[in-house]
Amino acid sequence: MSTTSLVKGARASRSTVALKLLMAVSGLVFIGYVLLHMYGNLKAFAGHDAFNEYAEHIREIGEPILPHEGALWIIRVVLLLALVVHVYTGLALWGRAKKARTTPYAVKKSTGANFASRMMRWGGVTLLLFIIWHLLNFTVGKVNVSGGATNDPFNLMVDSFSVWWLTLIYLAAMLALGAHLHHGVWSAAQTLGLTGTAGARLRWKRIAFVTALIISVGFSLVPIAVLAGVISK
Amino acid sequence: MSSNDNMSLTLKIWRQPDAASAGALHTYKLDDVSPDMSFLEMLDVLNEQLNANNEDPIAFDSDCREGICGTCGLMINGDAHGPEVTTTCQLHMRSFVDGETITIEPWRATAFPVLKDLVVDRSAFDRIIQQGGYISVNTGSAPEAHSVPVPREDAQRAFNVATCIACGACVAACPNGSASLFMGAKITHLGELPQGQPERDSRVVNMVAQHDHEGFGGCTNIGMCTAACPKEIPLDVISQLNKDLRTAMRHGH
Repeated sequence: MSTTSLVKGARASRSTVALKLLMAVSGLVFIGYVLLHMYGNLKAFAGHDAFNEYAEHIREIGEPILPHEGALWIIRVVLLLALVVHVYTGLALWGRAKKARTTPYAVKKSTGANFASRMMRWGGVTLLLFIIWHLLNFTVGKVNVSGGATNDPFNLMVDSFSVWWLTLIYLAAMLALGAHLHHGVWSAAQTLGLTGTAGARLRWKRIAFVTALIISVGFSLVPIAVLAGVISK
Repeated sequence: MSSNDNMSLTLKIWRQPDAASAGALHTYKLDDVSPDMSFLEMLDVLNEQLNANNEDPIAFDSDCREGICGTCGLMINGDAHGPEVTTTCQLHMRSFVDGETITIEPWRATAFPVLKDLVVDRSAFDRIIQQGGYISVNTGSAPEAHSVPVPREDAQRAFNVATCIACGACVAACPNGSASLFMGAKITHLGELPQGQPERDSRVVNMVAQHDHEGFGGCTNIGMCTAACPKEIPLDVISQLNKDLRTAMRHGH
């Protein structure tokens, strides 16, 4: 695609950097959401009633100004928009990268790259598949792999995580999420132009690592606790 | 000239007669390579051998051979400019061991088409520079240097990133084939100085647009570029590039 022509009338909003900015901002929306989600999950340690009350309360936020489930639907719409933006920009940049090098190297080392940064695209696809399953499991279809009832959030959760292979899928997904955030948070900071000095760069690498650790470990606690029998019906 | 330290090497080198033809890796044996030779001198010796055998010598780019012009650049065993933080011409054979197999390839990027063997066309960089890698001043007698004061940190940062020699190693190393480190170096260099301010917004917007138009990929902040850079340009120039573009966007560009 190398050309000898010069671009006229360039628009910043049409650039790859604009795609990256959209990706960074939509990613930050997800981080805000998963932190709230994780807080909700940890309510499982407070027992059956506290967890179910919390689940019910999410539907009542903002009432009576908002209708029943109003706030919940606002969150869902924002998340769906962020997902569309994140996936679209991810695929667009992936496609550009493919076109930018059509002849691969016979020998290529990854000097200077960490594992998480090289897993972003396939890791992202893994997370997307996981999110679809996760919504089928707990929100849209409500699949109880143990065959029990699905109308009680706490019991559905305990039934689900009592199945070892399902817990394993969730733990693997949290590993993928941790890796995605480890590079993603740092990358978002860089894209937003917050890492202009060596000090800021180091600071954001640490923030990214800690964010990834808190979220992946925080989410893993509940499934592990269920499987270990700490949380039970 | 022969000594016990001299090495025998197996070289796998990309041969391609011209831009339109297909290429392939060819294997050559080279004996009696002194560890004191530079990498390009080693290729010169191989070419003399090929010449003597009436074979076409291997085409590769080089000019100053002292690491300052940015003309040379080879992918050596999967690392741009080889295993040391330097240019290919300043890489020495002591970085390799006797009996080693060395794979030598040209920079691979759609925006850097191979012209012949290991030579690529990097005029895409020239066009990016044409789009803003300069400042516009009236020619004439030079103004008094002290008439425009520059804070020391700003001058230092500008000088540090002005060491970019546009060799293209960042593009070659990048898994996305992005030239963001190169662009970031230019944008930071000119953006840190008072003379660079009038064209600051249009510079970043036009350079990025040309970069995308040439077919370079988008940056994903992995950092292989900065690891390959012979001038150790830090990754924060890409942050500066992104920040300048965001600012330009806010200013209506």
